[in-house]
Amino acid sequence: MADNTKKKSLRLNSVSTGTEIVIHIILGLFCLCCIIPFIFVIIISFSSEASIRQIGYSFVPVEWSVEAFQYAFQKLPQIWRSYFNSIFITVIGTVLSTLMCALYSYVLYRPDFKFRGFFNFFSFFTMIFGGGLVPTYIICSQVLGLNENYAALIVPLLVNPFNIIVMRTFFQSSVPLELIEAATIDGSGEYNTLFRVVAPIAKPGVATIALLNALVFWNDWYLSLLYIKRNKVLQPLQALLMELQNNVEYLNRMAGQMGAAAINEAAKMPSQSLRMVLVVLIVVPIACAYPFFQQYIVSGLSVGSVKG
Amino acid sequence: MARKNATPEKLPTPMKYRFSKYKKTLVLLTMAAPTAIWLLLLRYLPMGGIVLAFKDYKINPRNPSFISNLLSSKWVGLNNFKFLFMTDDAKIMFRNTLLYNIVFIILGIIIPVAFAIMLNEVTKKFVAKTYQTLMFFPYFLSWVVVSYFLNAFIDGQYGMITAMQQAAGGPVTNFYTTMGPWPYIIVFANLWKNVGYSTMLYLSAITGIDSSQYEAAAIDGASKWQQIVYVTIPHLRTMICILFIMNVGKIFNADFGLFYSVPMNSGALFPVTQVIDTYVYRALMVTGNISMSSAAGLLQNVLGFVCIVTANGIVKKIDADSSMF
Repeated sequence: MADNTKKKSLRLNSVSTGTEIVIHIILGLFCLCCIIPFIFVIIISFSSEASIRQIGYSFVPVEWSVEAFQYAFQKLPQIWRSYFNSIFITVIGTVLSTLMCALYSYVLYRPDFKFRGFFNFFSFFTMIFGGGLVPTYIICSQVLGLNENYAALIVPLLVNPFNIIVMRTFFQSSVPLELIEAATIDGSGEYNTLFRVVAPIAKPGVATIALLNALVFWNDWYLSLLYIKRNKVLQPLQALLMELQNNVEYLNRMAGQMGAAAINEAAKMPSQSLRMVLVVLIVVPIACAYPFFQQYIVSGLSVGSVKG
Repeated sequence: MARKNATPEKLPTPMKYRFSKYKKTLVLLTMAAPTAIWLLLLRYLPMGGIVLAFKDYKINPRNPSFISNLLSSKWVGLNNFKFLFMTDDAKIMFRNTLLYNIVFIILGIIIPVAFAIMLNEVTKKFVAKTYQTLMFFPYFLSWVVVSYFLNAFIDGQYGMITAMQQAAGGPVTNFYTTMGPWPYIIVFANLWKNVGYSTMLYLSAITGIDSSQYEAAAIDGASKWQQIVYVTIPHLRTMICILFIMNVGKIFNADFGLFYSVPMNSGALFPVTQVIDTYVYRALMVTGNISMSSAAGLLQNVLGFVCIVTANGIVKKIDADSSMF
């Protein structure tokens, strides 16, 4: 009897069982919706080409096979190259953009910096007004030389004013100014103070920005759509996938095959499952790392939503 | 500011101190320099290119560099805008951008708020955590990946739905040439990708509400529904208002990837998928119509600027602390 009342009081303010079931159905269905396409694509990438030709993309293929993975890694060197490009761009881009963001937001966080107001406005104004795609594209490709090279895939994404605001807010809420004064009195130089004193305290903030930046670089395909036209070996995986949307033979041409050999090779290519192999190659690193960085992103969101 | 006066500034400043003050400013300037230079070159310099919208941009055969092209091109006043609005393109892209954004804004508030309230009622922590993880996942994917996810279902040859239609013996829909379903697909894809993110934002606001308020309401006999209406929603009201107005401020901007990549750049679908951003891109890269493209881009930026400033003014009236500037 006593047990019973305790259970009842615990449930006093929770929803009725019926409502809870409805909640679970709605949320469960939406969550399934979020994850099923990914599982489906994995299944397709492991389906044999014959199975796809016969019954289309299906959750239960007639025949399982790893031929598409084998083909991708043995016959198509561009996939390795693109994978390398994606990783290279992501690593360099993340390091540079996070460093630049930390430096700039640190300066904005220092109340004793003379030009603080100016630099604050200088970055903020670009959030609400810009020259637009056409002038930006022309300046980048023709004046700054961001054309058919790695720099074109990295430089245009280095600065995001929103991240500067998030980072500055993070400094303001987690690093006491007294600490900087103390460090200065102890004879620490400005760079030393930032990297040895401030950065360790603001580590969660820096990690959040670094993760957001890494995602931006890993997921980008727009820059290579704009700036990589001829030198296509530089394409990251995402851009390769974009190119394949309307042009399945693209992979073959890329492998440098011509004429009869190309036709012969094209017939053997498991082109349908191959496309999904690329999708899997892109999403698996995110899916594996995601559960670990999710909490950083969520904490970053709440910091960012508190306006500084 | 008070802290500044506390430093030994009032003391007679020795040479060394004044020098160290300059040095400090100088060192801090070097820290700001990389980003400042980037902003100058990639954001402020292109703003000068706005003049393109008022010129008939022609390539100067004698010296085909951008600057000389720009200088030798004729001023045409507002003609580019006039020509733009004489075409159907303008009508279609402005209509699509505005209508899609209105739907995104409305559903983008109702659904995440509902999901956040529901998630908050899930008693088992592990289950709630799993829901959050799954829901947030699509936010981390690129639109190209999303387009392949979608393609697996609606591909004209091998898609699952196509295969099902074939198996049923019915007529097969070629989704990439049929306009009808696309408004729904676009809206669904956008929600699919972004609902998780907004749900997280609202959920963190809900978990910040003091639980004693719910207990007090429950003791006074408020039902769960009444608690939601009289405790939860009022707490979220400011945040909803802010996000709503911010999104209205961005109403002329569309997500390029969603409208370009998800329909796989299919020309047959332009009437329902062309938005300002895709038009500007296509006019620049595909048809090479630089003047028209810059006119559309400038119009978008100016309207967007007006919207954001107005929206911010309204936010300031509601809650001064939440305004952007």
